[in-house]
Amino acid sequence: MSEIALQTVGLVRRVEGIISHTLINGIDLSVEKGEFLAITGPSGSGKSSLLYLLGLLDAPTEGEIIICGQPTSKLSEIERADVRLTKCGFVFQFHFLLPEFTALENVLLPMRAAGLMSARDMHQRAIALLTSLGLGEQAAKRPNQLSGGQRQRVALARALANRPEIIVADEPTGNLDTASTEQVFGILRDIADSGQTVVVVTHDAALAARADRRIHIVDGKIQETTFGGKPKSESAAATGAAIASS
Amino acid sequence: MATNLLLSIAWTHVSTRVRQTLVGMFGVAMGVGFTIMMAGLMQGSQIDFLRQLVDTMPHVTVDDERRSVPIQPADQEYAAVAMSNVANVNRRPGIRYPEAVMASLRSWLPGNVAPSVKTTAIVDHGGGKVGVTLTGIDPRLEVRVSKLATQMIEGQLGDLSKAANGIIIGQALAEKLAVKNGNTVLLAAGEGTQISATVVGIFRSGLKRVDEGQIYSLLGLAQTLTGENAIINQLRIRLNDPLIAQKVATQVEAQTGYKSVSWQEANADLLSTFATRDFIVLTVMGAMLLTSSFATYNIISTITHEKRHDIAIMKSLGMREYAVRRIFIIESMMMGSVGILFGWALGYLLCYAWSQITIFNPLTGATVPLQIYYSPMHYIASGAISILCCAVAAFFPARKATRVHPVEIIRGAS
Ligand SMILES: Nc1ncnc2c1ncn2[C@@H]1O[C@H](COP(=O)(O)OP(=O)(O)OP(=O)(O)O)[C@@H](O)[C@H]1O
Ligand SMILES: [Mg+2]
Repeated sequence: MSEIALQTVGLVRRVEGIISHTLINGIDLSVEKGEFLAITGPSGSGKSSLLYLLGLLDAPTEGEIIICGQPTSKLSEIERADVRLTKCGFVFQFHFLLPEFTALENVLLPMRAAGLMSARDMHQRAIALLTSLGLGEQAAKRPNQLSGGQRQRVALARALANRPEIIVADEPTGNLDTASTEQVFGILRDIADSGQTVVVVTHDAALAARADRRIHIVDGKIQETTFGGKPKSESAAATGAAIASS
Repeated sequence: MATNLLLSIAWTHVSTRVRQTLVGMFGVAMGVGFTIMMAGLMQGSQIDFLRQLVDTMPHVTVDDERRSVPIQPADQEYAAVAMSNVANVNRRPGIRYPEAVMASLRSWLPGNVAPSVKTTAIVDHGGGKVGVTLTGIDPRLEVRVSKLATQMIEGQLGDLSKAANGIIIGQALAEKLAVKNGNTVLLAAGEGTQISATVVGIFRSGLKRVDEGQIYSLLGLAQTLTGENAIINQLRIRLNDPLIAQKVATQVEAQTGYKSVSWQEANADLLSTFATRDFIVLTVMGAMLLTSSFATYNIISTITHEKRHDIAIMKSLGMREYAVRRIFIIESMMMGSVGILFGWALGYLLCYAWSQITIFNPLTGATVPLQIYYSPMHYIASGAISILCCAVAAFFPARKATRVHPVEIIRGAS
């Protein structure tokens, strides 16, 4: 049996208000290490809500999220931040890079915040990451000097910076053209192939079909699970190894 | 969390917002500059005045009085007999054995002591009459206990013994009575004694009160006016360090039994006015620094609002809330620090500019350059208070902005 990277038990997220609303309504999920999981569902079904919970950006009303064997419901806000910093890399639909900083500095940010490496090592790793994502030339550019696809790849490099076990991405290709979409998705695939766990929300059924597993969410519940995915290609495995080793 | 990172983020925010940063710095600089100017002016005038006071007055005055009235026979015998119309027991005037007292004081006093006879008199010159305090002195000993010798603008202390009944008067009094050096005036004392005296010198202490109301003569003349020959009714002490006067006065009083008054006690009313003034001015200065840091409050509010996306990103990446908050506090302190440097320069320039101005000082009755007191304390204190205000001013908007849950912002943006 392979290792479980991410697990949820009876996950419920409710917002109380004048009208109470249940965003996530009892989700049990286990994601293996190195698995590529795609989440699909109609708009408003709770995909983003689930992802925020998995990435510890939001806290569940009920249930438990176990990340790399560690239950998270009892963690303090600071401990949750530390988990986000070192164990989960988040990629949003909108790139969300810091506008005044270069691509390189944006990738350095989580490493500097964690402060676990020497400045030299951080710098080397950031350059290696950017290079492996085809951004070696763009390191010194600011977000507004980059294309949408390039920005999303910088965001991906930033998510990978602290070698997180889990990468969660909310429609990372939602704003991209076909070529960029293909590229970013390919990279996510490679990351999973290299042993990191990837959870991606997407509207694109064709892309979802290339994941190892696909769950379809409706009204905050898993309606359908499909197994499948493309066999690993040689070149993808090679890029994956390059990213993993950098 | 790496302070380096926070500093570099803060620096980026500040350096990409030149206009806002300049406004913030300008505010702080004004606050600090004007505070330093006020402190310099206020303390300058105060210290200048105190210096004159301390230079002119004896630091401790020993009078032939007791603090408490002697117990009267009526009180002593009250329980036994009731008496009426009993005359008060008046101790004999004058300090007993002044030479011995002075000798024993000199043995430990960090300063010097001289005898004098103090009385009141009316100076009459051509019909103009002014009541004054007359102090009989010994010119040779006087130089040890007062700066009178250096305050002479006409004549010398020694001239007192050269003329019969010589007196030295203040410049203000001389002007008031139109008396010139060498003129003869009439001195009238309480007992009805009238003596004609010659003005042999004119002094100017700078204190109007003294220059108008204090005259000096030899001991003998003063004794004649009091009608008590050969008494000394006052010892005047000058200390090397005027600030210990209060302590010395207490010691002298304990030793001699005579009422000993320090210059601080003698001027208690004045010093308490100073304390009130200090309090008011300090409050105003504090308010000024606080107000000036409000520009920072505004700017940090604006920056945190503009940067709410960045805040959400940093928090979602796993930076701790207080670390993100600190970025904005650092920004405020960066603006504050540079503002303080400019404020120091401004404060110094303002002080310098004021010191070029001469004004009429009603306390001394003279037109003199404004005295400015330059003290590193003014710079350190205004800087410290200002940087603290900046930190506090930034804290609240920063806390408000970094408290927001990143999901709220991220949902709002996509
Ligand atoms: N704070 C909130 N209060 C009330 N309702 C909310 C709140 N946040 C989200 N919702 C609602 O919860 C539902 C799930 O939202 P969520 O963003 O997870 O959907 P989604 O599946 O990601 O949709 P999309 O594909 O459009 O991104 C939506 O109907 C949304 O309007
Ligand atoms: Mg969504």
